[in-house]
Amino acid sequence: MGERTVEFEVLRYNPEKDAAPHFQRYSVKCREEWVVLDALNHIKESVDPTLSYRWSCHMAVCGSCGMMVNGEPKLACKSFLRDYPGLIRVEPLRHFPVERDLVTVIDDFVAKLARVKPFLIPQPGAAQAGTGEYAQTPAQLKRYKQFTLCINCMLCYAACPEYGLIPEYIGPAVIALGHRWNEDSRDGGRAQRQEELAATNGVWDCSFVGACSEVCPEHVDPAAAIQQVKIKSTIDWYTEHLMPWLNK
Amino acid sequence: MAEQVGRRPHVRPITSEWIFRHPRYLRYMVREFSCLFIGAWTLMLVCALGRLSEGPEAWGRFLEGLKSPWVVAFHVLALAFAAYHSFTWFQLTPKALPVQVGEKFLPDDVIAGAHFGAWAVLSLAILFFAGAF
Amino acid sequence: METTRADVAIIGAGGAGLRAAIALAQADPKLKIALVSKVYPMRSHTCAAEGGAAGVIKADDSLEHHFDDTVGGGDWLSDQDAVDYFIGEAPKELIQLERWGCPWSREANGSVAVRPFGGMKKQRTWFAADKSGFHILHTLFQTSLQFPSIERFDEFYATELLREDGRVAGFTAIEMRSGQMRRFDARAVIICGGGAGRIFPFTTNGAIKTGDGMALAYRAGVPLKDMEFVQYHPTGLPSTGTLLTEACRGEGGVLVNRHGRRFLQDYGMGPETPLGRPVLKTMELGPRDRVSQAFWQEQQKGNMIPTQWGDAMLLDMRHLGEAKINERLPLVRDMSISYMGVDPVTDPVPVRPVVHYMMGGIHTDLKAATPLPGLFAAGECACVSINGANRLGSNSLTELLVFGRRAALSAMEYLQSGARAASESALATGADAARGRLRELLQRTGGKETVAGLRREMMHTMEANAGIYRTHEGLAEACVKLADLRRRYRAIELHDKTNVYNTDLLQALELGSMLDCAEAVAQCALARKESRGAHQRLDFAARDDRNFLRHSLAVFDPGASPRIEYLDVVITKSQPGVRDYSGGHE
Repeated sequence: MGERTVEFEVLRYNPEKDAAPHFQRYSVKCREEWVVLDALNHIKESVDPTLSYRWSCHMAVCGSCGMMVNGEPKLACKSFLRDYPGLIRVEPLRHFPVERDLVTVIDDFVAKLARVKPFLIPQPGAAQAGTGEYAQTPAQLKRYKQFTLCINCMLCYAACPEYGLIPEYIGPAVIALGHRWNEDSRDGGRAQRQEELAATNGVWDCSFVGACSEVCPEHVDPAAAIQQVKIKSTIDWYTEHLMPWLNK
Repeated sequence: MAEQVGRRPHVRPITSEWIFRHPRYLRYMVREFSCLFIGAWTLMLVCALGRLSEGPEAWGRFLEGLKSPWVVAFHVLALAFAAYHSFTWFQLTPKALPVQVGEKFLPDDVIAGAHFGAWAVLSLAILFFAGAF
Repeated sequence: METTRADVAIIGAGGAGLRAAIALAQADPKLKIALVSKVYPMRSHTCAAEGGAAGVIKADDSLEHHFDDTVGGGDWLSDQDAVDYFIGEAPKELIQLERWGCPWSREANGSVAVRPFGGMKKQRTWFAADKSGFHILHTLFQTSLQFPSIERFDEFYATELLREDGRVAGFTAIEMRSGQMRRFDARAVIICGGGAGRIFPFTTNGAIKTGDGMALAYRAGVPLKDMEFVQYHPTGLPSTGTLLTEACRGEGGVLVNRHGRRFLQDYGMGPETPLGRPVLKTMELGPRDRVSQAFWQEQQKGNMIPTQWGDAMLLDMRHLGEAKINERLPLVRDMSISYMGVDPVTDPVPVRPVVHYMMGGIHTDLKAATPLPGLFAAGECACVSINGANRLGSNSLTELLVFGRRAALSAMEYLQSGARAASESALATGADAARGRLRELLQRTGGKETVAGLRREMMHTMEANAGIYRTHEGLAEACVKLADLRRRYRAIELHDKTNVYNTDLLQALELGSMLDCAEAVAQCALARKESRGAHQRLDFAARDDRNFLRHSLAVFDPGASPRIEYLDVVITKSQPGVRDYSGGHE
């Protein structure tokens, strides 16, 4: 496999030096099989040590290296140069404040994640019975498994125009993770999570653009989770208001 | 370490440019835009009911008005948008209504296909009762 | 300087750190817990573990089997009292994780499924497809969110431990986003900083695995133990070093050389087993050290396949079929296609041994306590030692749970024993000095050395001289080189002298940690004149129990190479014997 020279335009922003972000051009010799992250590492090591970005695992599981590559939210470790014949423009993930260069401020996501109680809330009574393992069939596992695969990379937030327009929106990944626990046969915490999930800034801020699922590198399909929560919340509302005899 | 904190996170403004950033956003906007036509057509239906209640003469004038090329064009557009909206909507149904059978989920095509099928059957039924056949 | 006061501060928020934090929060909700990590918890490298976690649960298994496998797998360098504690706690911890909602793969009847793993006599590896570490990490992280007493400090890089009167008193850390230094006062500190695989150029380890936790303790006078034992995982992708889990072989994948021969049978791991029906503890299910060494031997004979990234063997999984690969090894398939362009369903995947894990680390006892009062350590950064000279696959995920919790309990006991808080003056003096040193590094001008340059030289030295097989000459050369690199490190100059998210500074600090760890590896390896487990000397090919049935301890010296001391291995019931991976044929 050969090498070729690739042109990069990388968004730079150092709050101590720059009034506003600007693009910097790098022209680097890259190996054909490299991903964008390899090229950034090469730039940092050999061209410009002041470039800042996050990365770690290089196998699409730690979720650190989310960034905009030619306008699309991508994991830099899974964006192959062979898929980008021309200039490659690298920017920090959209919709998040830029701390420095490609590093964004993700406090908002982290705080929202905690709000949906993404942990097992035992079913009243049943769970305390023993200290052994819960039984869960492969079918019950399959029901929620997909939603456990979220690596918190936040590409879905960068793709979601609703999140861009309504910063209070709790967002695709957080809803998918809340839904993951709701769908787990061992869990009994759905009512508590509904306070956040079914709220105005929960699923109802979503207008089903579907971009979250298109950009998800782990095929989690947050859009599916959101619509499923919408349907269940709607049924909740009808049973509560129109069929009150069904409540207990 | 400098004594002063140099943090100054930069917040990028959101402009309407995002609609054109990727075809998916444009498709989404067209889908949302289609509601305007469907809404307008529904308003027209309300007007039709009003005319109907005013008597045969008003109703006749209304039917006559429908023959204007502008109104025919509007109907064609509204029908196209309604079809597009329904089509995109049914394509999304597998996400909203997954059906698990044992360890597997029914394929997306089956769920979307069932919706398209039901759509066709209902449409034919309406046409049948409207005396189209 | 901004100061945070906690009862217990934990450095590192991967599997071990999170497990420790939860244990503390559950034991006493009034405790103030500071969980400090250089990355957000879900970025920690625990997420990259694939295969699973070992714990005895099935009826045909027993604690004795797990004990024997672990001790024999570790070539009798494991402390047997620690192994006893470990195997006993293992199932409890894995069930606890289940009760926190970890999505373990299941049997048809709803019980937890287990899979075979290398060097294990029975199937006892709990798994969640091939993302076990990922699910463990996220289950722990999300579970930790329910405890208000755990205060997180994400993206804070700890720089120095603070001490008074021979006890730990806290530490200093830089907040990455502001570049400001913060003082953490804590009577007890638990280090869960992970391994140091990044001292090698070809590793499965993520960028963050730079031995920071090890170096923190080491510089504070705590010895690093058994650092010469570096595990090569046999099956990494040659292009990137990406790990293909041992579960590939557990599920039935086989290793072949360029002639299509399953060559492990020629290296004491035979006879050959039927294709697609793996037999435990033999052939492809031999231990990692033996399999990696067999690769090296075959390479010497010219039996490997040359690729543009070096010689490789083939991992053949085609006979498993697409359905099983998709169900049990989806990540493996995805990685092979993405990074090598090879689909394991239709073609064998080229793989080669890759640096994966440090058996050595911060010297702790079986209570996770270090010799420095108030300082505890758990996870890959610690060396209890249960792993001895070679860790068995799937023991490390369990280890971080068992000893993460153990470290928390020990820290509680330490607090209850009436450990005093340090004086303000000692803390302030220590923290100011630490800040002074950092400022000097940041603002230094006229330095001739660069972070990238020294790092490259270090990695090259380690790969050339401290790999699968080692010699006196190579190791001696490495020791000289690393001492020189440590000296030159003091003349490093940063390109970036600003405060906000300065990764040039971060990498310089990480390099400092790595150089200290690398030197400990090379010095311990030079001094161990025998071959045991993952430490193989061409000039001392046999195991030497008379002289080296002992742990190496590297003691830090700021101005010189470390002093090497030895500590007897704890042997309770298993006397050193022959490691038998013949599948019962010997």
